[in-house]
Amino acid sequence: MKRWPLFALAAALLAYPWLVAGTDSAAFLQDTGALVLLAAIGASAWNIVGGYAGQISVGHAMFFGAGAYLPLLVYQHWQLPPLVGVPLGVAASLVIAVFIGFPTFRLVGHYFSMATIAVAELLRIVVGNWDFLGAAIGLQGPATARGWYDVIFRSAVPYYYIFLAVLALLILATWRMQQSRLGYYLGAIRAGERAARSLGVPVRRYKLYALMLSAGFTSLAGSLYALKTGFVDPDSGLGILVSVQMIITAALGGAGTLFGPLLGAAILVPLQTATNTWLGGSGSGLTYIVYGGVIVLIARFEPGGLLELWHRLLAARRRRAEVRHAA
Amino acid sequence: MILLQVIAGGLLLGAVYALFSAGLTLIWGMMNFINFAHGEFVMLGMYAALLTVTWVGGGPGVFGFAAALALFLLGVLIYFSLIKQVMRGPMLAQILSTFGLALLLRYAAFWIFSPNFVTLPTTVLSGTVDLGGILLTVPQLVAGSVAAGLGLGMHLLLTRTAVGSELLAVAEDRNAAMLMGIRPDRMQALAWGLSAASAGIAGALMAISFPFSPAVGETFALTAFVVVTLGGFGSVPGAMLAGLIVGLIQALSAYWFGPIYKDVVVYGLFVALLWLRPQGLLGKA
Repeated sequence: MKRWPLFALAAALLAYPWLVAGTDSAAFLQDTGALVLLAAIGASAWNIVGGYAGQISVGHAMFFGAGAYLPLLVYQHWQLPPLVGVPLGVAASLVIAVFIGFPTFRLVGHYFSMATIAVAELLRIVVGNWDFLGAAIGLQGPATARGWYDVIFRSAVPYYYIFLAVLALLILATWRMQQSRLGYYLGAIRAGERAARSLGVPVRRYKLYALMLSAGFTSLAGSLYALKTGFVDPDSGLGILVSVQMIITAALGGAGTLFGPLLGAAILVPLQTATNTWLGGSGSGLTYIVYGGVIVLIARFEPGGLLELWHRLLAARRRRAEVRHAA
Repeated sequence: MILLQVIAGGLLLGAVYALFSAGLTLIWGMMNFINFAHGEFVMLGMYAALLTVTWVGGGPGVFGFAAALALFLLGVLIYFSLIKQVMRGPMLAQILSTFGLALLLRYAAFWIFSPNFVTLPTTVLSGTVDLGGILLTVPQLVAGSVAAGLGLGMHLLLTRTAVGSELLAVAEDRNAAMLMGIRPDRMQALAWGLSAASAGIAGALMAISFPFSPAVGETFALTAFVVVTLGGFGSVPGAMLAGLIVGLIQALSAYWFGPIYKDVVVYGLFVALLWLRPQGLLGKA
């Protein structure tokens, strides 16, 4: 693989807030950039279990919600800095991951999908009726920063760079995973579970590892969301649309690819911002009709997502060029 | 006495759960495929009933039939345009196809019908019956008994008729059935039609007594997952029995713990089942 596209991408991402700083809508563009990175983090985290291991979770909102709720919860009840809740969210997500993964990973894949959506809904209903967790109203973070440890900034730029650092870490971790035994085992499991098992791959254990890794990073995405917005309620933290956002972002770019989720986020987030701006509040409903349609179209025509389509088009062009060369 | 009334109400609603869950389990039995849009089919059945009552008029017989017919056609259409192609694709495509379809149908319904709750006019069917002190509404009784009858009908169709044998033959072994001169595509399309029709008619039956909105589909989909898992995947009689049990558990937990916990208890039951007995009551491991 050539190195320069990677360096170009890194340079572009690092320079982006600075490049748009001179424009009229600098704050808006910087904020959108931060949202793209956040969506990319969530989708890349989903991608580990949904893309690489081929176990389709439709309830990742539960990990996102754990990560979003705990930082605000420790502030609300004990005035602790929200940062304290971040590792607690990761720990809670790992517990939930084992709780779901352990029984369902010995069954065929559909059980896992059904269990994830059922547990996510269960959590949403319970949290929505539990006063300690803010019930239907939700939780709020500190209004003004008491110190650096509250991680509150007026501008979106510091968040942008924090998100970029986490995304880089996540992509690096995924890349290392791809090269490792875990990555090869997951590839075998995705290609055919029975064959993988007959070759001696401990299928259930490695699916569980993938889910735990994915859950931990998804929880981190939830925490970053809560730190930036300072607010979470059952719908924004645990609603099914949170899961949908991760799935469609990863699947559009390319599930099971390193940069597919980032590509998906770079397309979908600006698109969603644009429809909401043009169509007002009523646009959000339309957005999800389009999302549903796009998911169906990806599943029907291009399960590999845009990256695979791109590689196929490139290969076809190269073949044509070779034919012309030979003739 | 109130407890008996709660139990009777739970069983009657459970019969409706049994009907649409039998549709879901039929698809699983035929092609190992989970339809995440099944709850949306139920929701569309409700709106089909509402539109029929508003535009055409007539009683439960008319709008029940209309909902069943509309959803049957939708099911067949979805099979040929989507399911047939993703069926042999990767699991990502299988799960995302109907999950995306569920979103599409749900938010299209939001767009068309608005997110507000609506009801059928009470003139459609009303009144209460006193069965030795147990008060049940006529809509409840009609919904429960019609659903039980149709569920039984579906079981008989599968086990006692030639079409049923062909369906089961395709479910057993697609290639062997093809060698016997059965066209698997037609049978699978028929299964999707029947499955969607069962959801549609169940929706029409529930629309008589409950207010509904485009968001109700998700709850029904999850209810159907619980019923089908409890009954054993692919088993229609299992789904019938499990539907009654889930209806009963839901009614009792609403009565004892409060209405918001009825779904919590049922989804909790699902998670417990996955840990303890994923093959269900009547299923094989």
